[in-house]
Amino acid sequence: MFLEQLLNGITLGSTYALIALGYTMVYGIIQLINFAHGEIYMIGAFVGLFLVAVGANIFLALLGAMLFCMLLGMIIERVAYRPLRGKSTRLSALISAIGVSIFLSTLMALLAQTNTRSYPEVISNRTFHLGSLELSVLQISILAVAAILMIGLHLMIQHTRLGKAMRASSQDLDASYLMGINVNRIISATFAIGSALAAAGGVMVGVYYHAVWPYMGMMAGLKAFAAAILGGIGSIPGAMVGGITLGVLEIMGVAYISPSYKDAIAFGILIIVLLIRPQGLFGRKIVKKV
Amino acid sequence: MDAFLMQYIDPYFLRILVLIGINIILALGLNITTGVTGQLSMGHAGFMSLGAYTSAILSLQFSAPFWAALLCGALVAAFFGFLIGIPTLRLEGDYLAMVTIGFAEIVRVFFLNFEPGGKAVGLSGIPQNTTFGIVLLLVIIVIFFNARLLKSRLGRSMYAIRENEIAAEACGVNITRIKVLAFTIGASLGGLGGALYAHYMFFIRPQDFAFMQSIELLNMVILGGMGSIPGTILGAVILTIAPELLRIVAEYRLLFYGALLVLLMIFRPNGLLGDVRIYDLRKRWINKEVNV
Amino acid sequence: MLLELKHISQEFGGLRALDEVNLAVNEGQIYGLIGPNGAGKTTLFNIITGIYQPAEGEVYFQGRKINGNPPHLVARMGIGRTFQNIRLFAKLSVLDNVRVGSHAVTHGGLFGSILGLPAVRREEKQTLQRAQALLEMVALQEKRQEYAENLSYGEQRRLEIARALALQPALLLLDEPAAGMNATEKQELMSLIHHIQKEMNLTILLVEHDMNLVMNICERIAVLDYGRKIADGSPEQVKNDERVIQSYLGAPA
Repeated sequence: MFLEQLLNGITLGSTYALIALGYTMVYGIIQLINFAHGEIYMIGAFVGLFLVAVGANIFLALLGAMLFCMLLGMIIERVAYRPLRGKSTRLSALISAIGVSIFLSTLMALLAQTNTRSYPEVISNRTFHLGSLELSVLQISILAVAAILMIGLHLMIQHTRLGKAMRASSQDLDASYLMGINVNRIISATFAIGSALAAAGGVMVGVYYHAVWPYMGMMAGLKAFAAAILGGIGSIPGAMVGGITLGVLEIMGVAYISPSYKDAIAFGILIIVLLIRPQGLFGRKIVKKV
Repeated sequence: MDAFLMQYIDPYFLRILVLIGINIILALGLNITTGVTGQLSMGHAGFMSLGAYTSAILSLQFSAPFWAALLCGALVAAFFGFLIGIPTLRLEGDYLAMVTIGFAEIVRVFFLNFEPGGKAVGLSGIPQNTTFGIVLLLVIIVIFFNARLLKSRLGRSMYAIRENEIAAEACGVNITRIKVLAFTIGASLGGLGGALYAHYMFFIRPQDFAFMQSIELLNMVILGGMGSIPGTILGAVILTIAPELLRIVAEYRLLFYGALLVLLMIFRPNGLLGDVRIYDLRKRWINKEVNV
Repeated sequence: MLLELKHISQEFGGLRALDEVNLAVNEGQIYGLIGPNGAGKTTLFNIITGIYQPAEGEVYFQGRKINGNPPHLVARMGIGRTFQNIRLFAKLSVLDNVRVGSHAVTHGGLFGSILGLPAVRREEKQTLQRAQALLEMVALQEKRQEYAENLSYGEQRRLEIARALALQPALLLLDEPAAGMNATEKQELMSLIHHIQKEMNLTILLVEHDMNLVMNICERIAVLDYGRKIADGSPEQVKNDERVIQSYLGAPA
């Protein structure tokens, strides 16, 4: 029973991790909390749903959703954030992000109506037993996809030129610019990758929980942000660990404490982390230069 | 008094005026915390909620007199403002914002599960003691206090913290203490506004105080220009009336709203009145120059 | 002795930013602190004013040990400072910038201000008068309603000095006050420093890179290099000190 809950938690946590990665990568480079990121996750879920409805198989739908959101993320950056870079306060950028978030969730609510939709059964719901543990093919598939994406991200960041440029930019944007890195392109790429991952998370949640609705982005976004903070904002392994940890804690909290405070668990963790160890598990402590 | 007024003024307009007044009180509170002292609070609705529920329960369960309900609502909110103020000492902008969001969400979830608060259904039958007259009186008092505060030594120190914490400290400002004070004052006005709201709307539910509400209040402060009393009042007026005017296109309102926020930040990040001060106005008037 | 630093050491990460620095500043002196960039001069200032706690050593002010106190208390004890990278209250008026400086020596609080108590009102009037007098002294009275961010660079530096003076300090720390100034402005700055030292009975500790200015104003100079004090004496002595020459010009090949 415990192991099953653990597995549930890890599955949920992987989706949080995928969303959290987008937050952490963007924050690492331009110090912006992309409030609209949750909406991208939501739109990913809808696009996937749409593609499945017109006959695509689930993997094609996943790919389609990721591509669509990749583009969407880049457009949002170009339109709502880039004009503010450098010349405004952090608060302005934050408000702009909130504006985008409100715009997108309302748009989706108008287009798709507010009732909850659900993915048809695209992956078999069969379960099998591994020892005393009951696993479902669905869970395994989700965990596999999430793992592939995260490992792929890690490899990309560590071993490609793009990844190196991204790492450099997150350490010192100005220096990277002076070194000849096309900072605008790197930032676009960061948004693109983060959005693709969030979209994947959205599709997976839709498939796993059978629930897709226009305002799902808000709550998931806030929780994923809590996960990113827990892991250490700006740290990619941190986002992965933070996401999974949060998922596990949430499921455990629901199973063993009380289901009604489910949403509050993430925020409780957020506040505790920020009070005790603001740099999270993997973040660096920032010393302010006077 | 309201009955008297309603003979001359359309009750619908009267209602708008009362809501404007309540929003002015709420926004001026947030202005102290965020506009003046620069501590980004995105959970102001949480204080509003605490004030609303506290006062409502006192009125409903304990038949408390109205002024007592209002006072307790403000005090409970102030207490939590104080509590939230303490962790802010070490947190900056974005992190602080997230804590305040988390706080408001926790308050919301708490009341969703709070038996005496009616849980998801909320409270109903709250005596409608909030009248136009009372709101008008309180608005005047709050504006007066705010004006005095912002012109004083304490007010200047708050602005200084917003502008440059380290320099403020070098001038002898105890930034710890004053940040907590800013949160407490802001929260108390939030609670007062919430209490007035509860006793006007007759019933309250947890979702009346959700994240969007915090954002709307924040926007009132930003729209008018951070730290400015007339600016905040203008913001409150505009953002209270606008939803009413756009009632016809209610579905699309938020769409415009979201787009408006983005455009506003790109083209006029200092708000409508933020950059213009009395001195500038006089200069423009007299010299007919246009300052960019 | 107004200010005494004993064995002050500081570490940042693995770097020893300050190593056993001793300093003794007497009342009424204008004391210079020079050295190449990164020598630790601003760090020393930050330790004196309480922004950093020293890893080792003590700071004595007016005979009392003051390290361990937060910056706002140090300010209230009578140490004022300016910053290397100007730290003004950009969106406040010039006048308000100086008035904030008075915060350290005034007391009006929340209730006194809101109720308009006569004691608070009197204090406010004094604050205003003092601020205006200080602005007069640095020749910024005319621009008192301007936003601080709209001032020219040199004016901003003068404003920072006026703000620091509003604290009525016994010790004034000036961190590169002449940076970015032209020759005329530097002349004016020199006479200003002399003037305030005389008029206000100040002790001044001054970090500067402009040798001409330092040699002209300072009675004594301490030289830092790589966190250590390598010389301490009159301008003549320091100018001719071997180690100082080497640290500025580099050791002979």
